[in-house]
Amino acid sequence: MSTIIEHGSNVGTSGKANLEVFSYTLQELASNDKSIIVVTSDSRGSGKLTPFGQKYPKQIVEIGIAEQNLVGVAAGLASTGKKVFAVSPACFLTARALEQIKNDVAYSDNAVKLIGISAGVSYGALGTTHHSLHDYAVMRAINNMIIVAPADNFETAHAIIKAAECHHPVYLRFGKKPMPHLKNETENDFQFGKARVIRRGGDVTFIGTGETVYPSLQAAEKLSDQNIEAMVISMHTVKPLDYELLASVAANGKPIVTVEEHMIFGGLGEACASFLLQNGYTNPFKIVGIPDEYTVTGSQNEIFAHYGMTPDGLAGTAVKLLQRSGVNKL
Amino acid sequence: MPDQHLIKKSIHYRKNIVRYIYHANAGHTGGSLSCIDILNVLYNYVMNVNPENFDSPDRDRYIQSKGHSVEALFVVLADKGFFPEMDLETLCKYNSHYIGHPTRKVRGVEHNTGALGHGLPVSVGVAIGAKLGEKNFRVFTLLGDGELPEGSNWEAALTAAHYGLDNLCAIVDYNKLQITGRTSEVCNTDPIDTKFESFGWTVRHVDGHDIDALKACFDALPFVKGKPNLIIADTVKGKGISFMENQLKWHHGVPDEKQYADALTELDVASTTVPDDFEL
Repeated sequence: MSTIIEHGSNVGTSGKANLEVFSYTLQELASNDKSIIVVTSDSRGSGKLTPFGQKYPKQIVEIGIAEQNLVGVAAGLASTGKKVFAVSPACFLTARALEQIKNDVAYSDNAVKLIGISAGVSYGALGTTHHSLHDYAVMRAINNMIIVAPADNFETAHAIIKAAECHHPVYLRFGKKPMPHLKNETENDFQFGKARVIRRGGDVTFIGTGETVYPSLQAAEKLSDQNIEAMVISMHTVKPLDYELLASVAANGKPIVTVEEHMIFGGLGEACASFLLQNGYTNPFKIVGIPDEYTVTGSQNEIFAHYGMTPDGLAGTAVKLLQRSGVNKL
Repeated sequence: MPDQHLIKKSIHYRKNIVRYIYHANAGHTGGSLSCIDILNVLYNYVMNVNPENFDSPDRDRYIQSKGHSVEALFVVLADKGFFPEMDLETLCKYNSHYIGHPTRKVRGVEHNTGALGHGLPVSVGVAIGAKLGEKNFRVFTLLGDGELPEGSNWEAALTAAHYGLDNLCAIVDYNKLQITGRTSEVCNTDPIDTKFESFGWTVRHVDGHDIDALKACFDALPFVKGKPNLIIADTVKGKGISFMENQLKWHHGVPDEKQYADALTELDVASTTVPDDFEL
């Protein structure tokens, strides 16, 4: 698909919101595949799916504000052979409809693509009701669930295409902030469970997922000014984790910083830590995310800044970890 | 002329329900006995589904929302030839697929259920799928009256009416008892009919143990073109075994050796009242 190649071709330039790429990609897929069905819970506007609904009115099913029903109906539709994308804000989709996700989608193995829009703290000042800081944790604890948080437009478009082809459930979550192109891609090689190396470096490794990969990359660039070379990995698939890459990264014994727009419990960081510790890797390790507290109020950027998920904050965390581990290159 | 063949089948099914629950030392006896005549008529008269066409996209679908009455479903599926009946000897045993709720590991089961309030939304999705795909198959789902307080039922009821799903038929196994007591005392859902009617459904009542009445009721589907169908099947929990009928303890009571023997004897007696020239 030509648009996909375009998405990876202008490194450093500002891209679209992953949400918009999702909508655009889905329209392209639907143009050739009448089995693509979008199911929404009064969320076509917030899901950027209004054009989809106009172009393909027979391929969109509106449920209204009823997330449990949204997921149950999606499971039933998928059982009839449709490629179903169930679209709802991540906060509601993965909390209110969790039992439907567990039983009707995952356990019954109906290949619903669960699309959690405006994930993490994308809704900013709308507050905790609208944040999804639990979704990796709960979805990780469910068998038969692929969990994907694409970092940029390239990953988003490919993740949507792969999800449409996948015969099993997939949970995809992304935000609504425009994301820059992180890396030039000459090959359209994207697979679930295969992390993407965004930047190479041997002193410290950032492992991000979703919208935290970009500030990790910016942090790496700042560290480079201090003669510290950081590797940056987009662990777009939170489950199954790319254990192979994780092991190869950890082999040098250097510090690892994980960064996620999620509570520090049960998400990317703990998934990495669990693998590393159980396989004998004792690298200095830090999980950056939202701590176990009443989440600070503010915009997404302000919340990121408050919890150190900024280029400066992450660079500082890496330096501290290097100092603590006695690898002070400063 | 009453359908003696299906009446005899119901007795056979009731024996098997009790038999396999007795051997498993576990199961939901009362609810399986209340819904078995409904399943009998669905699988042997109404629905176009059998082991040969089970992979066909055009087959009729049955989703059992009240998953705990799985023994009723398993004995009917075994009788239909989806799997050898002797498989049910492993019911609830270590590593068996025949667990206490429907699972797709068992051939013939459409959807994994057990948590309540799931069957109707999923069935609505199947029915929408049929409409979108311009398929003529129908979807049937069995709800317990005790599970109606689950809000997801009412969400789905709205959607079914909104999309005019006349290819959907929900049946309430209206046995009026649940684990804590009488449904009317736990969380009264009566009247069920006017509630669904106000949501845009067409509702009919039927004696859920009268094979011929059930057949006639299903024959009338769709009750009204463009509207989803609800059948309130008036049933008795534990039906067919006198000491189990309408007794709360038989919600998931398991018969002891004597009760098991008494139950079989009673069903044998019932069997003698049905003319014998019908081969099962």
